[in-house]
Amino acid sequence: MAFYDGLIETLGLTDWCGEADAGGGGPLTMAELLARANGGGADGEDPATPLMDTPFPSLDTLHQSCEAIPRTRDVTEMVEQGFLGIKDGLRLVLDPLTEPLGWLLDASLSGFEATPWFIMIPLLMALTWFAARSVSVLALVTFSFLFMAMINHYDEAIQTLSIIFVCTIFCVVLGVPIGIAMSKSNTLQRISIPILDMLQTLPTFVYLIPLIFLFSVTESKLYGIAIILYAIVPVIRLTDLGIRLVDKDVIEAADAFGMSNWQKLTGVQIPLALPNIMAGINQTIMMSLAMVVIASLVSAPGLGRLVLRGINNLELGVGLVAGFCIVLLAVLLDRATKAALGRINSSEQ
Amino acid sequence: MTDQNNIKVSIRNLFKIFGTDPAAALTHVRAGLGKPELLEQHGHVLGLQNINVDMQAGEITVIMGLSGSGKSTLIRHLNRLIEPTAGEIIVNGEDVLAYDATKLDALRQNTMSMVFQKFALFPHRTVLENAGMARRVRGESGKAADKEGQKWLERVGLAGYEEHYPNQLSGGMQQRVGIARALASDSEIMLMDEAFSALDPLIRTDMQDLLLELQRELHKTIVFITHDLDEALKLADHLVILKDGAIVQQGEPQEILLQPNDPYIMDFIADINRARVLRVRSVMEVTTDPGTNIAGDVDANSNLERVIAMSEGDTNLNYRVMENGQQVGLLHMRDLVRALVPVEASDPARRMAS
Repeated sequence: MAFYDGLIETLGLTDWCGEADAGGGGPLTMAELLARANGGGADGEDPATPLMDTPFPSLDTLHQSCEAIPRTRDVTEMVEQGFLGIKDGLRLVLDPLTEPLGWLLDASLSGFEATPWFIMIPLLMALTWFAARSVSVLALVTFSFLFMAMINHYDEAIQTLSIIFVCTIFCVVLGVPIGIAMSKSNTLQRISIPILDMLQTLPTFVYLIPLIFLFSVTESKLYGIAIILYAIVPVIRLTDLGIRLVDKDVIEAADAFGMSNWQKLTGVQIPLALPNIMAGINQTIMMSLAMVVIASLVSAPGLGRLVLRGINNLELGVGLVAGFCIVLLAVLLDRATKAALGRINSSEQ
Repeated sequence: MTDQNNIKVSIRNLFKIFGTDPAAALTHVRAGLGKPELLEQHGHVLGLQNINVDMQAGEITVIMGLSGSGKSTLIRHLNRLIEPTAGEIIVNGEDVLAYDATKLDALRQNTMSMVFQKFALFPHRTVLENAGMARRVRGESGKAADKEGQKWLERVGLAGYEEHYPNQLSGGMQQRVGIARALASDSEIMLMDEAFSALDPLIRTDMQDLLLELQRELHKTIVFITHDLDEALKLADHLVILKDGAIVQQGEPQEILLQPNDPYIMDFIADINRARVLRVRSVMEVTTDPGTNIAGDVDANSNLERVIAMSEGDTNLNYRVMENGQQVGLLHMRDLVRALVPVEASDPARRMAS
């Protein structure tokens, strides 16, 4: 006799529940198994449950009284079946859509790897100088890469950089227009913010679970999508914020002189929101770096794979050195983008 | 004094009500509900009620009122930065409210330019780019826009600052850029929303002089918003006084000074220096009779302060009033002194006498 039998009877649900034969059909739960083992199969001899021990009316407890109520593991099973059910359809749509991401990731990876170090490092230095115009940042970038090359981590660092490069481009290309659309429509903003909140707070590992089912683990777009979903949030948020923060008086002046919406957007709103958008891109780069390490679990190449090897094989040194290289990469990316941001800010003052 | 053929902008029966259902509130207002009652009973704010103003081409129309009187709302109706609840706005004979987006943009680009209280320059563009902005918006080449921008920057005294950014300039200089920007669009109508209010008094006087000097040359139709009576009297050809979204009195500034029709206006004009604002033509006796005991000639447009200085305070003198070399009237010093005393609006006899 289960605890809630009385309740079910009082509510007159006995017929709907069907014949209550606890422990009858379906596999047993661990609790039932234990009860059976302890009770030695003595059915119907249950002493009355004391009030203090009243069980929470959870799905499992209610199931004991009422066959029609599913157990928690049945529900989990239903979620899984549901996902597997839509998987093929979803894949049919998502596969071609995300194909370019895979190509780009692969192309960029082979491109970065094929470029010899004596071209790559000066190229990165030139890029840093062009973006940041700062001697100290240039020195930091140069010494970091020379150091990583010296300790034979150059290839992994370049692979990581290549993935971040492609993912950041995707984040900007997708995120800035979404942010602009959000800034134009309050409804869209209300809808988007919970989604963005969810993307930002979802534990990084959880991203990988549905993706593993959808795509093959050997595909590069699997980790590409995970990184982009995680890292796109700040660029969307800050584009929206930046455009909404543009001085109302300046917008009014643009209106008063008869600017079209497009002229206003490209000539006033985006340029004035640029510092915020750049701050968003900086955050996006940092978050892609965080995710690219986790994504080594699903075959993303780069420094993350060395960290993973350190954990799996308890090779402490390998993990720590790779971790230090990731920190170095993070610092130099942050400094370079911040210096570029500072340059934009100062040109407007 | 109104010349029907020369009206550039005409506002007819304009109402503006802020709230969730302005149309319903409008029927209450039409039925005679006032501003405080409307707010209390229906939760709507009456922004403007039954505004009728004709603005002559080539004149400066000043709309004056304290903050909250609806003057900034009113000026924004002219280029439809704010949409009215009811009424008509006629510019060059066409109802602006019937315009679609394209025609409205064309109106804003070609016919009306605007100068703002907080300057509203583009901080990411140079002074020169700001000045030529209106022409760039219109689709003219950068070169043409820069040429025109350059010309007007020189005209407002900012030659040499072309490559600066607005934030590098002082407030007065920024507003000069704002004026250059409006002038460079070559529009017939200029809307100036408290254009000089953010400037300190000395610079404000400079800017007023600059505006009057430009106006003598360009003869634009200017709509000027201000809360400063001295500024209004200095600039206005036609003065409109707003209170709580309604027009209290409008007309020639001298006329309003001498014949205020509302205690509100009397409060306003109580503190001003009447001798400096009033002009000889407003207090003279209109006659071509040569008169007797003439102490000398004065110009019809000189202010009373100057005449008092000339007479050295002798109230028994008479002056011949001249305009363009011809006598237009006689000025008795006794009339002059009487005009210096503020008139009671509620006293019709005094009003008739003045």
